[in-house]
Amino acid sequence: MTMSFTRGSVRNALPLVPFFIFLLIFLIIPTVSVVNGSISQDGSYSLDKLAALSDGAAMGALLKSVLLSAVTAVIGAVLGAVLAWLIVSSPPTSVFRRVVTSICSVLAQFGGVALAFAFIATIGYSGVLTAWSKSVGGPDLYGTGWLYSVTGLILVYTYFQIPLMVIVFLPALEGLRVQWREAAVSLGATSRQYWTQVAGPLLAPAFLGATLLLFANAFAAYATAAALVSQGNPILPLMIRTALTSEVVLGQAGFAYALAFEMIIVVAIIMVGYGLLVRRTSRWLQ
Amino acid sequence: MSATSTGPTGWKRALGLVPFAAFFFLPLYAMADFSTRTIQGLGRTLNGWRNLIADPQIYAAILTSLGLAALTVTLMLMLLVPTMIWVRLRAPWATRIIEFLCLLPLTIPALVIVVGMRDVYLWVVWIFGESALTLSFVYTILVLPYAYRAIDGALSSIDVKTLSEAARSLGAGWGTTIARIVVPNIWSGILSAAFISIAVVLGEYTIASLAGYQNLQVVIVTIGKADGMTAVAASLATLLFGFVLLLTLSVLTRGRSQTLTPEPLDGSHS
Amino acid sequence: MQLTRVAAAALTASVSLFALTACGPPSSSNDNAGSDAASATSAEDLGGMDALIKAAQKEGELNVIALPPTWANYGEIIKTFADKYKIKVNSALPDAASQDEINAAKQQKGKSTAPDVFDVGQSVALANTDMFAPYKVATWGDVPDGFKEETGLWVNDYGGYMAIGYNSDKVPDVTKLSDLLAPEFKGAVALNGDPTQAGAAFSGVMMAALANGGSADDIAPGVNFFEKLKNAGNFVAVDPTPATIESGQTPVVLDWDYLNAAETAKLPSWKVVIPSDGAPVAGYYFQAINKDAPHPAAARLWQEFLYSDEGQNLWLAGGARPIRGDAMAKAGTIDKAKWDALPTVAGTPVTPTEAQNKAAADYLAANWAKVVG
Repeated sequence: MTMSFTRGSVRNALPLVPFFIFLLIFLIIPTVSVVNGSISQDGSYSLDKLAALSDGAAMGALLKSVLLSAVTAVIGAVLGAVLAWLIVSSPPTSVFRRVVTSICSVLAQFGGVALAFAFIATIGYSGVLTAWSKSVGGPDLYGTGWLYSVTGLILVYTYFQIPLMVIVFLPALEGLRVQWREAAVSLGATSRQYWTQVAGPLLAPAFLGATLLLFANAFAAYATAAALVSQGNPILPLMIRTALTSEVVLGQAGFAYALAFEMIIVVAIIMVGYGLLVRRTSRWLQ
Repeated sequence: MSATSTGPTGWKRALGLVPFAAFFFLPLYAMADFSTRTIQGLGRTLNGWRNLIADPQIYAAILTSLGLAALTVTLMLMLLVPTMIWVRLRAPWATRIIEFLCLLPLTIPALVIVVGMRDVYLWVVWIFGESALTLSFVYTILVLPYAYRAIDGALSSIDVKTLSEAARSLGAGWGTTIARIVVPNIWSGILSAAFISIAVVLGEYTIASLAGYQNLQVVIVTIGKADGMTAVAASLATLLFGFVLLLTLSVLTRGRSQTLTPEPLDGSHS
Repeated sequence: MQLTRVAAAALTASVSLFALTACGPPSSSNDNAGSDAASATSAEDLGGMDALIKAAQKEGELNVIALPPTWANYGEIIKTFADKYKIKVNSALPDAASQDEINAAKQQKGKSTAPDVFDVGQSVALANTDMFAPYKVATWGDVPDGFKEETGLWVNDYGGYMAIGYNSDKVPDVTKLSDLLAPEFKGAVALNGDPTQAGAAFSGVMMAALANGGSADDIAPGVNFFEKLKNAGNFVAVDPTPATIESGQTPVVLDWDYLNAAETAKLPSWKVVIPSDGAPVAGYYFQAINKDAPHPAAARLWQEFLYSDEGQNLWLAGGARPIRGDAMAKAGTIDKAKWDALPTVAGTPVTPTEAQNKAAADYLAANWAKVVG
């Protein structure tokens, strides 16, 4: 709908200005700073910092981040979908369902430090499960501290990926109408055929989209990793931490900008994919 | 009310839920156990929990984070509610822009924001001082996606145009219309946005730690190096608080999921 | 279309705001910046020690940063200074690292909470001399050359040698680094931090390099040693803290001797030894005054206190080697019992130069991740 430029239009746009300015200052400018910081060097533009991203250590961190995110996204997606399927049969207003969705919201949002300590309390050096296992002669769960490495991160990330999946995927499962199943059955479809030819294709975009969201979530996650891994920079976010706070290798603030820029690119690509898949989902599963 | 969808019920469901319940509750139980242990491993003590109030560092951090939560919610509501209402009433062309901007923080990780906000925060510190409460500006950005979705959902379920036109035709000014007509009707969305924002702010670590401020999660990590018991107690307290918060929210909004739109004439609705 | 107009307005606004933030805020100078104390380069400039004390007491407060109470006895040093001169000491961020001190000073420039003094590691100190104010303490002459900057921008304050601390109740006795490769040390050995981040851990790898045929110029054998340690399953990538030491999670810690000594005070079975299979690695910390200190007189008085006999002996009580130690031993003002109790070193200590540090740091940045994973 085209509108000509009138005084009224300016008056209509004016109350939106505070919002735009706020976002400009606290979101757009930091993002632009990161991009600008990663392609400039002492005042002029240069690609040196971006070139540093192809260094062995930086590439390794990127690969490990991608691996960690992919693994936890897939595990979280599959297990989360199963959990969602298990609770979808309760009506949305039942106590059980509301309690479960509240728990999922808390675990998905809080994440970070609290979960790191939860796992330290469970399978850390003096963790509850570790001590119990020792007392019944079971395996040494602590080992050489695998919890504080990428392997440990996979376990802990899964803990908040599953609830996130439940929150994101539940609406899609809800959209699966009982009538469709009844219709399929009445046309002679077996349960297997229903799942592979009706429900499967309908849920696939939502499932894939949710998996991508989980990937982005794990990729950008910092707090959990920072609380667990105090030595080493196996993944990208921790490498940014070192670049900003190291007292041994100095002058790395610029490298931090380049790493942050890399993060934006990866997450942006994933989120674009997610957006496309969400649009496909919303066609059928209102 | 949607028809209950396909899914197992009864004992099959219970069986499937058991491993999940075990996986999710074990660490929480471990936290409760760990935080009440004595150093020698015999008996129980509430020292870790008492430290939440007794230890000045943690107590100050708890107050800081609560203050941040309150400020962030206020800022977010002041920024978002009038803007979104206005967009629906007078500037529908801006809907897509606002939606894109509000969902942008999902794509730009907090880690990136904290790296890029250094210059901006030099100014913020110069104007507002170095209290940790200045973090509420950037926290408002962080909670935008969740708050937007909550308020947008609530706004979609009422007919803002009709309501506001009715109010205006009866002589109400814009302020009264928004404050006394529209807001009470989207109360569930506002509450939802507020509670989720509180949860996010209380659990935030990335920006606070890399910008050098002492909020609750930063102090928990610092304390965790010396006193694991208190750190675990604090973490469990935050989780429990968030859970209570969100459960309260779902109870409060239980009766408000009714829409006010008229029923479609052909009776087709799920 | 008004969409384009809005876009145009947004673009102009963002460009101008961006330009504005790209240049920082006006650096507001605090009230004391122009005062006599801020430009004093020695106590004489202000008219003697008494005048300095008076000026400091008038300021009433001192901001310190990154000084943990159990690090070289700083807890007692701070308390003694506060009680003696009736000046309130604000100790911020005790767990911060050297770089954090500089970051805080930059971020809080002009504010009354900015740090007044710095106690930083070598790399950070030498990279940030433009933030320091020159000042020569009364006992300037006692500090050997090479341990102070000629105009007084920084002075070494205390130091120690890299040592191995171990819990004799849990692991067998250790005399040299290669002992740690034995199977009794499975999952036991920890570095105080990540060598690409923390100076103490960096020096730990340097110590391993010297013990395995390397030198201050060649840290690669050190990295290889830790690779061997990791493959044997003896290395834990966990930051040691008093909690982990007491619980037994990190029974062996490679750290500065004075930090390990602080643990012996708490855990009697904790022994500290400087390994005998390589030259000892010496490291000193650098003391400096913030050029934009909000309390310049108090900062200078703090400096005078630290380098007085009393301050130096307090550092010695924390197990660190005070920089005036040799001069004080000759003059008989040192606490003889504690001075003699310091661990003995065999061989000439090695202190890497800044250039050697940088080369080693670059090597670590590229290769350490491969070891630890």
